[in-house]
Amino acid sequence: MARTVWDSSVGKKTVMAVSGLIMLAYLVVHMLGNLKIFFGSAEFNGYAHWLRTLGEPFLHHEWALWIVRVVLVAAVVAHATAAYQLSRRDLRARPRKYMHTRRRASYATRTMRWGGVILGLFIVWHILDLTTGTVHPNGFQSGHPYQNVIDTFSTWYGNVIYVVAMLALGLHIRHGFWSAAQTLGAGSRTRDRALKATANILALVLTLGFVSVPVAVMTGVVS
Amino acid sequence: MKLTLRVWRQRAADTEGAMSTYEVDDISPDMSFLEMLDTLNEELILRGEDPVAFDHDCREGICGACSLVINGDAHGPERTTTCQLHMRSFADGDTIDVEPWRASAFPVIKDLVVDRSAFDRIIQAGGYITAPTGSAPEAHATAVAKPDADFAFEHAECIGCGACVAACPNGAAMLFTSAKVNHLNVLPQGAPERETRVLDMVARMDEEGFGGCTLAGECATACPKGIPLVSITNMNKEWLRATRKAGKR
Repeated sequence: MARTVWDSSVGKKTVMAVSGLIMLAYLVVHMLGNLKIFFGSAEFNGYAHWLRTLGEPFLHHEWALWIVRVVLVAAVVAHATAAYQLSRRDLRARPRKYMHTRRRASYATRTMRWGGVILGLFIVWHILDLTTGTVHPNGFQSGHPYQNVIDTFSTWYGNVIYVVAMLALGLHIRHGFWSAAQTLGAGSRTRDRALKATANILALVLTLGFVSVPVAVMTGVVS
Repeated sequence: MKLTLRVWRQRAADTEGAMSTYEVDDISPDMSFLEMLDTLNEELILRGEDPVAFDHDCREGICGACSLVINGDAHGPERTTTCQLHMRSFADGDTIDVEPWRASAFPVIKDLVVDRSAFDRIIQAGGYITAPTGSAPEAHATAVAKPDADFAFEHAECIGCGACVAACPNGAAMLFTSAKVNHLNVLPQGAPERETRVLDMVARMDEEGFGGCTLAGECATACPKGIPLVSITNMNKEWLRATRKAGKR
């Protein structure tokens, strides 16, 4: 059955929908966790520490975190591979473009592919910056995420990369969430408005929630 | 009306084509788009040139033969077929671009005529019901609920013109295939092949080299028969249901 799903364009879209929804669910939790930065260094660092002890003593130290990481990497790889293969198919299906060109579909729909590439590159930078500290400015301190976040958002490029990526995220979710519902067969005429509204609210809340952190550091609300 | 036409000319499937410019004069706003092309062709024939080849048949919007991309829109600016598009939708002095459907699954045969037999092969894969032939059965023998009958009829309206493929940024045939799948899958007459129909027709659609769906919605906007975008959602649901059932077997 796995083979028939992956070999079909409809099945591959199902893989994209499910992996996308997994990542979306993670992002909601991630954004809410980020907002703890407004309650000060002790609470933010304490939350980060708690994430490592989550599930103990049933799970070993940091295992819960690693399980989440493995699931997320699997979701990203499945999502990106399916997107790449489907995009190749789409481009092959129209080798000759129309002479009379006009804009097709909404901005969010048209930017799904490049938006996805931007988000992929952002995730790499984000992990190297705030998880491994490889490209972190001003000396990465493991176990002190509060200070690390402030360091990142004290650089102009850190703010630019982050804000651009979060705007791309909002657009991606706006079309992606609604599309996932259609791909999974959950859409209907009566539910369409509710699904579109949910997609817009998710996109807006996630973008605003994530962007509030660099804005707070830039304006000195968090220091 | 005096118009400038830029028309795709291509002598044969294996030759290169290009846009050619023609001037047409004395066009009545009450002419259909195809009658305007007839006027052009009469002139071309008188001048000893090769007339522009284009598909047409019923000219009353029900057969699905006409297939022109006019100024980048499948069937032009109005939500109807090209044959039911009238010149009053354009202004005197306009320049109009006329191109064939563009999709690798719809190769150009000549000028504006494309080969749409890929659609026939999708139908052959499952767009039918298995029933004994002979005289029509008693209409009351199989009861169909009114909402189901309406749903089936809405999808049965598809005339298979291919505007959905032409309008889709990915050259996908999802709206056509979903119209055919939904039309039969909701009816009791279509129930015996409900699962194999959707699986086989989607597989055939993929094999023909159509693109995938990104839910851009261009197909439903271009469809002269108003097949809704949610038709695709419903086919996805049918496909997932059939795949789950096939997996259990």
